[in-house]
Amino acid sequence: MSSRDVILARVRAAVAGSAPVGEAARAYRAPDGGAADLELFAERVRDYRAVVHVVPDDEVPAAVAAALAARGARRVVVPAGLPEEWLAALPGLERLVDDPPLAASALDAADGVLSACAAGVAETGTIVLDAGPGQGRRALTLLPDYHLCVVRAAQVVASVPDAVARLDPVRPLTWISGPSATSDIELNRVEGVHGPRTLEVIVAEPGTRTS
Amino acid sequence: MRVALFITCVNDTLFPGTGKAVVTLLRRLGCEVEFPPAQTCCGQMHVNTGYRDEGVRLARSFLDTFAAYDAVVVPSGSCASMVREQYPKLAAGMGATRPEAFAAAHGGRSPFARAVAEVTPKVYDLSEFLVDVLGVTDVGAYFPHRVTYHPTCHSLRGLKVGDRPLRLLSNVRGLELVPLPGAEECCGFGGTFAVKNAAVSSAMCADKVGHVVATGAEVLCATDNSCLMHVGGALGRQRAGVRVMHLAEILAATEAGR
Amino acid sequence: MSGTFLGMPAFPRNAEKALADSQLRFNLRKATHTIRGRRASVVEELPDWQGLRAAGKAIKDDTLRNLERHLLQAERMVTEAGGHVHWAADAEEANRIVADLVRATGQTEVVKVKSMATQEIGLNEALAAEGVTAYETDLAELIVQLGDDWPSHILVPAIHRNRSEIREIFLDHMGEWGRPAPANLTDEPKTLAEAARLHLRERFLSTKVGVSGANFLIAETGTLVVLESEGNGRMCLTLPETLISVVGIEKILPTWRDLEVFLQLLPRSSTGERMNPYTSMWTGAAEGQEFHLVLLDNGRTDVLADEVGRQALRCIRCSACLNVCPVYERVGGHAYGSVYPGPIGAILTPQLRGMGSELDASLPYASSLCGACYDVCPVAIDIPEVLVHLRAKAPHRPAERLGLKAASWVLDRPARLRRVQRLASRFRGLVPKRSLPGPGAAWTQTRDVPSVPEESFRDWWDRTEGGAR
Repeated sequence: MSSRDVILARVRAAVAGSAPVGEAARAYRAPDGGAADLELFAERVRDYRAVVHVVPDDEVPAAVAAALAARGARRVVVPAGLPEEWLAALPGLERLVDDPPLAASALDAADGVLSACAAGVAETGTIVLDAGPGQGRRALTLLPDYHLCVVRAAQVVASVPDAVARLDPVRPLTWISGPSATSDIELNRVEGVHGPRTLEVIVAEPGTRTS
Repeated sequence: MRVALFITCVNDTLFPGTGKAVVTLLRRLGCEVEFPPAQTCCGQMHVNTGYRDEGVRLARSFLDTFAAYDAVVVPSGSCASMVREQYPKLAAGMGATRPEAFAAAHGGRSPFARAVAEVTPKVYDLSEFLVDVLGVTDVGAYFPHRVTYHPTCHSLRGLKVGDRPLRLLSNVRGLELVPLPGAEECCGFGGTFAVKNAAVSSAMCADKVGHVVATGAEVLCATDNSCLMHVGGALGRQRAGVRVMHLAEILAATEAGR
Repeated sequence: MSGTFLGMPAFPRNAEKALADSQLRFNLRKATHTIRGRRASVVEELPDWQGLRAAGKAIKDDTLRNLERHLLQAERMVTEAGGHVHWAADAEEANRIVADLVRATGQTEVVKVKSMATQEIGLNEALAAEGVTAYETDLAELIVQLGDDWPSHILVPAIHRNRSEIREIFLDHMGEWGRPAPANLTDEPKTLAEAARLHLRERFLSTKVGVSGANFLIAETGTLVVLESEGNGRMCLTLPETLISVVGIEKILPTWRDLEVFLQLLPRSSTGERMNPYTSMWTGAAEGQEFHLVLLDNGRTDVLADEVGRQALRCIRCSACLNVCPVYERVGGHAYGSVYPGPIGAILTPQLRGMGSELDASLPYASSLCGACYDVCPVAIDIPEVLVHLRAKAPHRPAERLGLKAASWVLDRPARLRRVQRLASRFRGLVPKRSLPGPGAAWTQTRDVPSVPEESFRDWWDRTEGGAR
């Protein structure tokens, strides 16, 4: 008998005669599908000590340029499928493109990575990447020490259930809540271990600046 | 309404004053209370130490003794929670080992399980009985002292008596109620835990004593004499000058009775 | 389980030793109180916490009751997604599977994500015996590995170490495993984290095999889920060419949707955050990686067979129960002699290992039954209930058995109780207040004995007709 058969037989024997269990009651807030509170999203991302800018759509290029300039980032990883207009204010940027695949050492040496995302979660201040357009394979947003991420307003959902409903489990997913951190020293949170030590987020609201 | 007092074996043997106080208090509130002489012990010590059969025997006898009453008042959160929280688990556990044979023999529910379902909802910790059944929070007590209250684990997390004892205490004339830091932390008694793991138990007790002394209270009050025996034993050893008193004894005190 | 704890004495003796270590008690107190407050505030924030908790319990009960179906579905989905599934009945088999898989890659080094399952089976030691070095990459695991120490907490295995102790361990031992710590290292948590970053950076970039556990395995989709904070998990899960995940069979969640519950319950219960910094999810061979899933039994089916005890398998390893436990807070994790310490360890270890050793038989008693653990458990494991259940199964010492039997003989009849009470009252003057003999000595070491009254309550009632006379 294989171990597979042994384990399955043990499992069967262990629960034989136990009462069946019904479907789980879900007496908690269901996904509501409605518009999420962008201010809450920004506030919750900031709570993790990430830098957040909320700007109108048409100011994203300027915000990207300003962020990279402030960081002094010149050699930046640009995943395939990133909207070209986001880089419109940066004609001189040295783009590191993952084709052919960049070596881990090259990613490690980059000044940063600029990415899009698949979803944002307002209640928890979380950004989810799914390796889709403008995000690339997972290493691209892991090895550079600086991660600049643009989140479109329509991508932000209210809660974790909303996000789970929207995501595709077949894709590799990375949920990011603030910069790399640890609670391993005296159970107090400190930012900055192996992942990007700086996370900067640009939230793009629809429309143009009115004031 | 026929009201029975379940004194508990510990109070019966070591703290009769608490039982007398309960009787005095309930009479003052116009409630006649009976003491069924067949009672002994709820079985908690045995069950919680791993002697389930002995504990179940005591539980059966408890259920027999109190079946005929409309309410059973218990001046111990721990013993009341044993009956209300643990008896149903004991009943379920009997069916859990061989469910099919059990169901065949008892038509689904054993006599023990039936008795548990009948009797346990009528069992009240003293503070619950006063607030929920008699509907009083001012029992006309007078106790001119600085008091701090320790919510014992089984009344707090088992029975979930909430702020009932505090509401009762806050209506006692002359009483100054001071909050106890770290109140919800266990005092370390834990029944036979106090002896089987004496070092940890004592360390927990030392912290509780530290908090009690820091309040400057003259009296430490709780609804369980076993926890009070433990903390009080340490307070006494340290000559801390803090007395321990069961809630019933404070509530029974009146100006006339000084 | 890991052999490192073999032959340890029973819990009370270990606890006594730990209690004497004032630095340890200070470290534990500080850390557990910090995390308690953080957990409480993020749990309070959710208006539907109790609903989530009830759903978490119900989903896990479904997992366990229908485990065979879920396991087979998970196996099929992982395989269809290009992964390889292996089944390990016990620790030895799991270790052999992993060692063989590593050997097949031709590599002699692996990087590891913190994983309770691999600690439980003693994987690092088993790999070392095969000439493979396993590098722990979680900061706390690194501290434990460098210090040649034992883990003492589920989430933060080095919780017993404070910052200055960590600094010393880094200075003394980092060089033995790779890049040494900078000589001017301070005990600032930020600098210590930076030292760990530098120490492991090159290792992440070059190691070809990663080993992990998983927090969840979704049966419906075959998706594996790992929650972490530092990014070491992402490194180990994404960079190596080969990934081997060792996952207990109880880690299954039936559906993808179930994550909406557990991604709310786990981070808030464990690190006290709304969300942990990083969560990775992958299905089968992601991004061209070679992926192996090792499904581990190692005693879990024995736990499953116990209708009361099986709820311990709902555990999602958040460690909230450790953080609120007054016993754990004072003695730390080592006293429990298992990779699973604290309240959950006290019910899991004796079920996984049995109660054949003195230590394992003493674990169900390592609790005052205060119930704080049950209140915070995100999947509502009634730990006190299981403790009491296990105590009934534990072997009892003859002297204790005699005492408890005698007590129950007395309590079985009111007349016997009355006789004993009268005897005690008659000799009340002889009871020493401060030094009881026999087992009572454990009481009087720190506590006075209450004085025995002149008359029991029942005698008073009879004499006075309930105070009427």
